[in-house]
Amino acid sequence: MEYETVIGLEVHLHLKTSTKAFCGCSTEFGQEPNSQTCPVCLGMPGSLPVLNKLALEHALEAALALNCSIQEFTKFDRKNYFYPDLPKNYQISQYDLPLAKEGYLDVQMPDMDKRIEILRVHLEEDAGKLIHKDEVSLVDFNRAGIPLLEIVSKPQINSPEEAYAYLVALKSVIGYLGVSDCDMEKGSLRCDANISLRKKGAEGLGVKTEIKNLNSFKAVKDALSFEVTRQEGLLQEGSTIVQETRLWDTREEKTISMRSKEEAKDYRYFPEPDLPPFIIKKDMIEPIRQRIPELPREKCSRFMKQYGLPQYDAQILTVSRAAAEYAEKCLQQQGVDKKIISNWLIGPVSAAAHSRNCGIEGLGLLPASLIELIRAVQTQQISNLTGKSVLEEMLLTSKSAGLVIKEKNLAQISDIDSLKAEIDAVIQENQKSAKDFISGKENALMFLVGQVMKRTKGKANPKVVQDALRRRLTDA
Amino acid sequence: MDICRFTASELIEKLRHNELSPKDIIESLRKRIRALDPQVRAYVRLDNAPFISKVLENVFTPDPTRPLKGIPISVKDNICTEGHATECCSKILEGFRPPYDATVIRKLKEAGALILTKKTNMDEFAFGSSTENSCFGASRNPWDLAYVPGGSSGGSAAAVAADEAFLALGSDTGGSIRQPASFCGIVGLKPTYGRVSRYGLIAFASSLDQIGPLAKNVKDAAILLQAIAGYDPLDATSVNASVPDYSGSLKAGIKGVRIGIPKEYFVEGMDQEVKEAMDEAIAELKRQGAVCKEVSLSHTQYAIPVYYIIATAEASSNLARFDAVQYGLRAVAQGHVQNMISLYKKTRGTGFGEEAKRRIILGTFGLSHGYYDAYYLRALKVRTLIKQDFERVFAELDCIVTPTSPTPAFRIGEKAQDPLRMYLSDIYTISVNLAGIPAISIPCGFTRKKLPIGLQVLAKPFDEEMLFKVAYTYEQNTPWHLEKPRL
Repeated sequence: MEYETVIGLEVHLHLKTSTKAFCGCSTEFGQEPNSQTCPVCLGMPGSLPVLNKLALEHALEAALALNCSIQEFTKFDRKNYFYPDLPKNYQISQYDLPLAKEGYLDVQMPDMDKRIEILRVHLEEDAGKLIHKDEVSLVDFNRAGIPLLEIVSKPQINSPEEAYAYLVALKSVIGYLGVSDCDMEKGSLRCDANISLRKKGAEGLGVKTEIKNLNSFKAVKDALSFEVTRQEGLLQEGSTIVQETRLWDTREEKTISMRSKEEAKDYRYFPEPDLPPFIIKKDMIEPIRQRIPELPREKCSRFMKQYGLPQYDAQILTVSRAAAEYAEKCLQQQGVDKKIISNWLIGPVSAAAHSRNCGIEGLGLLPASLIELIRAVQTQQISNLTGKSVLEEMLLTSKSAGLVIKEKNLAQISDIDSLKAEIDAVIQENQKSAKDFISGKENALMFLVGQVMKRTKGKANPKVVQDALRRRLTDA
Repeated sequence: MDICRFTASELIEKLRHNELSPKDIIESLRKRIRALDPQVRAYVRLDNAPFISKVLENVFTPDPTRPLKGIPISVKDNICTEGHATECCSKILEGFRPPYDATVIRKLKEAGALILTKKTNMDEFAFGSSTENSCFGASRNPWDLAYVPGGSSGGSAAAVAADEAFLALGSDTGGSIRQPASFCGIVGLKPTYGRVSRYGLIAFASSLDQIGPLAKNVKDAAILLQAIAGYDPLDATSVNASVPDYSGSLKAGIKGVRIGIPKEYFVEGMDQEVKEAMDEAIAELKRQGAVCKEVSLSHTQYAIPVYYIIATAEASSNLARFDAVQYGLRAVAQGHVQNMISLYKKTRGTGFGEEAKRRIILGTFGLSHGYYDAYYLRALKVRTLIKQDFERVFAELDCIVTPTSPTPAFRIGEKAQDPLRMYLSDIYTISVNLAGIPAISIPCGFTRKKLPIGLQVLAKPFDEEMLFKVAYTYEQNTPWHLEKPRL
């Protein structure tokens, strides 16, 4: 029996506002526990929530970028459950009238594009954090009340890889807007996954499990892959799937049962009486729509069209907005082939950024300086390999490519006359290899080229050396 | 004459003319409370802690920007006062000292008022109509100590009636200011929902609660409302509308004012003496030139069930925060907590009184999966119908007049074992909260046993001026507000 995987993702994003959703406390990450609290976010009796307008605007911006229709009439609801990290023992959330509905996100898969529809987008508040220490449990309420955006996809994701690609695309779009850091490590992006299997071609949905405790995109993919295998195994042997919540155990790399549907909670949602319902008028939406920048997919196609880049390159260069804007400044420089600029950006420049834990735009490398370096390689003033070390030196010292090449005397030697002595010496010292080449062993020539490069400390132009050696040995 | 007998407006005059100092006022008040409160029990936690949190000036200097300068104000135990116990007369909030003032307290302090740190008694979390549900025990009706003062703001009402307070703040969710005012023969007003900030009022039912004044006469009630009314950015449900000068509405007569008398309110269950007092009050209003007309509020019969579904639902959620994590009672000793659930159960099991538990369970039930549509959602729909009843009447008339309560005060213990009968005593006050409109209760007579009877006036949203106009005119032509209980 062949099965089809059906996945739906619930993503929670911390919205980037300087103050919390319903009070004036700071949202800064990593501060002294409970230092960013007030009667409102501590849920003290008598305190009342007041909606942070910026959180609403960020939420609307994200919803618009995800092609959702904004609901004109919306309200908050209380989700009631007891938990020590929840100061009021209810969460202010949205239930039957979410802020936005019916959007979509286009996701790039290796073989095709896929449109994944978004069911709803709503605004809610985050809870505090429990810290378990030896015999005691402590609560840090700094996070309590930070605005959260919940984005729920329809069950239209058909593989763990698609789920991964969806998250990457979502993070990219949200990152472009700048409304969230989308940092899973800091908890500013969290994801729960619903997964079920059904017979290939079947209409209805199978029994699903919900997976929690997913702390990286990779964990999402791995946990879903594990579930596909687990559920398929059960179905193949004729067993049934239990509808339940399962936790991903990163160390054991498996999902474990947390609670079954029978124990499922009744959240007793009802309209939040402390916050009157509100009408979102067109004149509030339009200025927010104007704010939305060119999004990754549009930018990618434009890069392909405008700079003649292959899709692979354009896609990598446009994942982050800041990087894409930097890349575009480089691509706009004259006199160098766009594809070569792209190769440099995706290759050595990205590698340097990666090792510094920043984006390519964060290296402090001026586009003009990068182009100067690329030109030095293109004109064979330096080799490709030397180019990479020059880049490192430029990043370390902030010197220009020209200056680094000059100071370190790195200019490539392409003049045969100045290489003659070295070539003679190498042939002299490696008679055997020379003979091997003459008798037809092509590999021996590369060995000799390497020896010349070594003697010249990498400055010799390998192409010139190779030609000269070949001529010398075959003419002899 | 005992200073405590004065009204707030008289005090203001006497302070202005330097006939009294704030110190004199506080001293006499302290003395009177010490002498009378062991019987009346209007205040709670009397033995410890200071009386007011402010150092008093010996010489009074008038300040036109501080109209309540030197005037003591008593506060119900569910309104937060910074640094002073605010426990809603519940064991579960034992030792809770809010780190902040309610907006009304801040406003009163800014107006120069002296806030009594001793709070007035109430039914636990305002759940009740008699103050018998207080963890500190019941307050007494100053007119007859065997009777309840009403509730839930019974402590505030008894204090004002016994001259143990000049002005008091109460809260009204279903009649909790007006019913005790009527039982104690004083004036009590529930403002329009949104007129007064709820910030710092420990919530019972958020969509119904309002803070309001209890006073010796209509003028004093207007003075206190003036000081606390207005938009508050900290309360999203407070309404951003200008507050009129209420003292201005105290002069006008009521000639031509159109008054509705709802026929649904004059039915079985109404005490005969209350009915007679009502008939007489309506006759008096007519003599003053008002035009009275019978009207229909056809959904009145549903008000009590609707109220008890909505109010308990909101309460069950509002009271969820009392969980021993941050403040209040913790029924399990440090180091002996086995798990969270047992801590919750022990704390909430011992901390809440009977009525609180009853309402939490009722409210939780009404919101539960499978029952929500039949109870909560339906109640919301009927609430809209009740609101529309009033809108229809107010499209043609200026105000509505009703009794405040179907009976005068009842004996302590009389209804304590019968919650349903207790709930029914709110029948005339509850619709007002469901509709969000303002209403005032003023004395309109006494029973043969010398228990006060209250007249309720209702007006359209934000028309508190109409309430003052009608109430003041009635008061100026009747002697009831001048009578004092013998203590």
